[in-house]
Amino acid sequence: MSTLIVENRAGQRVSLPAQPSLTLMDIMRTNGVEDILALCGGTCSCATCHVIVEDEFAERVGPASEDEMDLLEYSDHRTSSSRLACQVVFSEELDGLCVRIAPED
Amino acid sequence: MQTFDVIIVGAGHAGAQAASLLRQRGFTGTVAMVGNEPELPYERPPLSKEYLSGEKPFERLLLRPAEFWRTHEIEMLTGLHIEAVDTEGHQLRAESGERFGYGALIWAAGGAPRRLACQGHDLAGIHYVRTRADVDAMRAELGDTDTVVVIGGGYIGLEAAAVLNNLGKSVTVVEAQDRVLARVAGEPLSRFYEGEHRARGVDVRLNCSVDQIVGENGQVSGVKLQDGAVLPAQLVVVGIGILPAITPLANGGAAIETGGVLVDEFCRSSVPDVFAIGDCATHHNPFCSTGAPIRLESVQNANDQAKVVADYLTGNPQPYVALPWFWSDQYDLKLQTVGLSVGYDQTVMRGDPAARSFSVVYLKDGRVLALDSVNLVKDFVQGKALVKAGAIPDLEALADASIPLKSLAVPA
Ligand SMILES: Cc1cc2nc3c(=O)[nH]c(=O)nc-3n(C[C@H](O)[C@H](O)[C@H](O)COP(=O)(O)OP(=O)(O)OC[C@H]3O[C@@H](n4cnc5c(N)ncnc54)[C@H](O)[C@@H]3O)c2cc1C
Ligand code: FES
Repeated sequence: MSTLIVENRAGQRVSLPAQPSLTLMDIMRTNGVEDILALCGGTCSCATCHVIVEDEFAERVGPASEDEMDLLEYSDHRTSSSRLACQVVFSEELDGLCVRIAPED
Repeated sequence: MQTFDVIIVGAGHAGAQAASLLRQRGFTGTVAMVGNEPELPYERPPLSKEYLSGEKPFERLLLRPAEFWRTHEIEMLTGLHIEAVDTEGHQLRAESGERFGYGALIWAAGGAPRRLACQGHDLAGIHYVRTRADVDAMRAELGDTDTVVVIGGGYIGLEAAAVLNNLGKSVTVVEAQDRVLARVAGEPLSRFYEGEHRARGVDVRLNCSVDQIVGENGQVSGVKLQDGAVLPAQLVVVGIGILPAITPLANGGAAIETGGVLVDEFCRSSVPDVFAIGDCATHHNPFCSTGAPIRLESVQNANDQAKVVADYLTGNPQPYVALPWFWSDQYDLKLQTVGLSVGYDQTVMRGDPAARSFSVVYLKDGRVLALDSVNLVKDFVQGKALVKAGAIPDLEALADASIPLKSLAVPA
């Protein structure tokens, strides 16, 4: 099983079993990651699933789509490797991927 | 009798969020959540979208995994229906006879779908869309179904119609008013959705009232309209709104207004130590231009009111001032709404509906109240600032989709 590493807002890191074809949001939610609210259930409407992809993975994960960018535009915590976790589909290539949950806006 | 410092009635969006936030805010007292559905808290919006279509399995709807509730010491009492609230004695009675004592009560019971009352209302094959059980029952019959009549052209009815049409069913939508979404959106949006459904083969009947449901051997066979016409149907989906679940609290003496539990800006009801949040709570919303008390049926409202109560109970009272927003998915159309259009006196169209990416802006006395954006996340996001500021934009600029909304967000 591949893994997804998540750093929560308190700076603690957890390693989660990650199933390809699920979104990062789904993986975090099914594993009970508390800081991910994902209010809109992945419909790109709420930005409460904002994560920051660690630099070494940024290229493999790829940039945010236009809709994502629009939604992230108003986050005070946006960085160049910000993504919405509900818009990133996990794959085996991303094994070991490390993301940090952005602070609450 | 078991007693808890906080009991939450209703294990839906609002209840689940209140419980998790209490713990997140450091509340150390005992907390129980009572829900009359068998499931742990799950997302409701996909019920008329990806869960109905089969794209998402139930596990992905769960708001939190089972162990979350255990590790956060939230006692989950599922499958239990609260029948009575003794607001003086701070006690609840379940249908099973069990009693529970509470320090504070958070009433987050949502609502039950408004049922048909006409002749034939009890035939097999009539479905509502509120719970997982409702949708499982509908899905179990879909295999043998070719023709569906959806009663009610609101968001839930139209979302269900879109999914069922995608699944290859022949779908008719029956709406009593002269346009779909009449209660929640302006005419340009209604006409757009009407056109989109028709273009995909959905038969949209406006100004049509249902006279009765007709059947054979106890099973639905059609829907008879008031003009005498009978629409054939093997399955009927009813989406005509909800009735807030408030009876036990009303009997316990809590003030009720417009069908919901009346609450103040801290979500306190009229009886001591009882709060109400989510779909069942009637409140004064700072974004409602008419000033009338309202109920909001949205995830945003459920969530933000839960926050208000969690803050209040952890000694940091903050009034409810959150900006309303909402979404709806039909076909490949992503609708996003910000603000409340209630009381608007003007609409402005931004962009071209024919391009299937546009916004309808709602104004009152020139001030922006709300926006409905279709496949246009940018306007939804940037429109928030306009609604918050109550901006009075130049109307020509507002109608020009090439001018970003954020440049118009000067406070009035
Ligand atoms: C099909 C559908 C699609 C939707 N789509 C969207 C959408 O796209 N976007 C959006 O923002 N909103 C949407 N909504 C609205 C949103 O789901 C609701 O606003 C939200 O669920 C309200 O949360 P709540 O906690 O107040 O009520 P609920 O989620 O309804 O939870 C209340 C719970 O309390 C239980 N209960 C009631 N009475 C009792 C009792 N006496 N004892 C014990 N338990 C009781 C109920 O059975 C229920 O489980 C949709 C709703 C539906 C039904
Ligand atoms: S869950 Fe709402 S934008 Fe990702």
